[in-house]
Amino acid sequence: MKRPMILMTVLVALLLVMTIGTPVLGADTIKIGVIGPMQFVQGKGHWNGATMAAEQINARGGVKVGDKKMKIELVKADSNEFLSPTDATNAMELLLTRDKVDFVVGGFRSEAVLAMQEIAMDYKKIFIGCGASHSQLCLRLAEDYERYKYWFKGTPYNEKILGKISFIHLGTVGAIIKKTLNIPQLKVAIVAEKAMWVDPMIEAAKGVIPKMGMEVAGVWQPSQAATDVTAELTAIQRADAPVIFTIFSASVGISFARQAGELKIPAAQVGINVEAQKDGFLEATQGMGNYVMTMNTYARGVEFNELTKPFMDEYIKRFGETPTYTADTYSAIIYNLVPVIEQAGTLDPDKLVPIMEKREFKAPTGIIKMESDAEGRPIHELHWGPGYTTSLGVQWQDGKLVGVWPNKWKAAPEAPEVTYKGIVPYKIPPAVIEKYKK
Amino acid sequence: MRVRGFMVLDIIIAGLINGSTYALLAIGFSLIFGVARIVNIAHTAFYMIASFCIFVVTHKLGYHPTVGMLVAIPLITLLGLICYKLFIDPIREHEAAVLIGTIALAIAFQEIMLIIFTGDYLSVPALIKGFFTIFGVKVFYQQLLTLVAALIILGALRLLLMNTKLGLAIRSTAEDREIANLMGMNESRVAMITMGVSVGLAAFTGAVVVPLTIINPFMWMHPLIMMMAVVVLGGMGSIKGSFVGAYILGFAEAMVVFLIPMGSFLKGSVALSIMIIVLLIRPEGLFGISFEEER
Repeated sequence: MKRPMILMTVLVALLLVMTIGTPVLGADTIKIGVIGPMQFVQGKGHWNGATMAAEQINARGGVKVGDKKMKIELVKADSNEFLSPTDATNAMELLLTRDKVDFVVGGFRSEAVLAMQEIAMDYKKIFIGCGASHSQLCLRLAEDYERYKYWFKGTPYNEKILGKISFIHLGTVGAIIKKTLNIPQLKVAIVAEKAMWVDPMIEAAKGVIPKMGMEVAGVWQPSQAATDVTAELTAIQRADAPVIFTIFSASVGISFARQAGELKIPAAQVGINVEAQKDGFLEATQGMGNYVMTMNTYARGVEFNELTKPFMDEYIKRFGETPTYTADTYSAIIYNLVPVIEQAGTLDPDKLVPIMEKREFKAPTGIIKMESDAEGRPIHELHWGPGYTTSLGVQWQDGKLVGVWPNKWKAAPEAPEVTYKGIVPYKIPPAVIEKYKK
Repeated sequence: MRVRGFMVLDIIIAGLINGSTYALLAIGFSLIFGVARIVNIAHTAFYMIASFCIFVVTHKLGYHPTVGMLVAIPLITLLGLICYKLFIDPIREHEAAVLIGTIALAIAFQEIMLIIFTGDYLSVPALIKGFFTIFGVKVFYQQLLTLVAALIILGALRLLLMNTKLGLAIRSTAEDREIANLMGMNESRVAMITMGVSVGLAAFTGAVVVPLTIINPFMWMHPLIMMMAVVVLGGMGSIKGSFVGAYILGFAEAMVVFLIPMGSFLKGSVALSIMIIVLLIRPEGLFGISFEEER
């Protein structure tokens, strides 16, 4: 009788070890949730960047956490945030409760990320945003640091900085057109989609453009999904504006560029057009998107530093396309999270946050630094400026997306000139030259 | 004054083009509702699938967009008939079930397209490239084609309804299903044929509009709202009402864009508000039968 009892006890003990022991084995991985609209380019960028980072880290043996090496395991979460911010919050909730991830990267629409941020903060998980710009995401830290300190901005800049960069691009293009075509008073049409992040930029543009020696010809706001903007374009042409300042993140960027090209509207488009940042833009506009200029993070052939080319080459080889800015999940993992975990020797967010907050590090886009607000309170906002990250001005020229800014750019009269390797001169659209050449 | 004159012309042209697109969609929707009391929410989803079909034929197979149109229209019509037979006909007598069933069908189509094509924005080239200028207003040839196609199709539809036996059967069934049945008309068959014509119209709309728009799996939603608004405004089931309602809302949208440039995103809301105002004054819509009379 004794032997079967012993055998039974051993079996039960074995079963217990196997069942209880599994999470112990599972804990040898660092789980990173990658959240984004996975059926869209932005989500694909999130996933591709994270995948590349995880593969590179795992190939070199994993992450050194104290005495042990841990592999990275990615968990994909489709936020479906273009269609439903509720789906986004559900996806975040699942990541944190069912999948029990240690960190989260991604997010795209500010409206959805603001809600997702709350959930991540409830669970005290580090969430590096790689898509949403709204400044409120970071300003929340100033209001309640203890709650929101787990949030970090990976990319992009907030709407104020985005506006500032766009105005620099607008000023650059305006100066080139003024000088080349000898137009003393340049009119600028502001065309912006209707979205939360856009409104402060329009107000700023209306104030800044006259200060730049140009005149606001009018403001047009089609819907984000507008497919016919001929009415707006006709009105812009009537306003006789040789420059259109665009603020688009959605499909209207394609409709606008295509129809402007087809109608041969004599105006240079400059500003933000997220769709124009993608390799497929020219095909989507049936070749009519030539000469559109937009802010962008990457361009083929342009190097910010020695990390840019290896990243770009590998990404293009692996996924067959230029990375969009949401692919900065790569930098968020490989240059931000991993070195900090290795330095702290722990996954404890409370020990990682102070290091992440103070650390400056090099990424393929430049030196990354977290900003504080005017009163010196940490807000974990992305710092912009010469010597750090500046982003690019890119233009479609002869079917290729090339970098055109910064080109001998000075942030201040006494500041050094900035030109990245691979930058080429801006080209005025032929329709503008044809109409305004005297 | 000169600018104002131009603006009136801009509004007329933009309104005609918007209205023609809505008319094509709304008349197909109205037709099947009038004949079979089917509220086919999936109507614009067929328009979306037709657009993808043309994209595949032009971009993936490399044929001219005309070939895409010629393939898409019969193919989508056939798909519509299959869907009718499988999903709508069995529950036809339960209007609420049909409504919910067609919503599910539309979402299923959307999800299938999302899986196949992802959410990327796609486009196809125009059938006729370029534009012409009329009194200083630039108009795409494709827009003109849409306008002409809408008028031709509407004329052809009128001929079909007024001058053929099938048209007589459709009208009779629309008037009173039971009497038409008692008079020896196969009401179920008439409904199926009408469904074919209706989906064919949706596919045709997709074909003529697709070069002017952005193709993606969600492109059916905005036209659906506008189409429903047109149909309600014109009077449920009234083809004439749909035609007039389409142009009213088309012009309303154009006026918003030209008169309130900073509020052009409000064009849909303004158009829907007009619909609500009309319904408050005339609940049955412009050309509809009053609900009391129908009962």
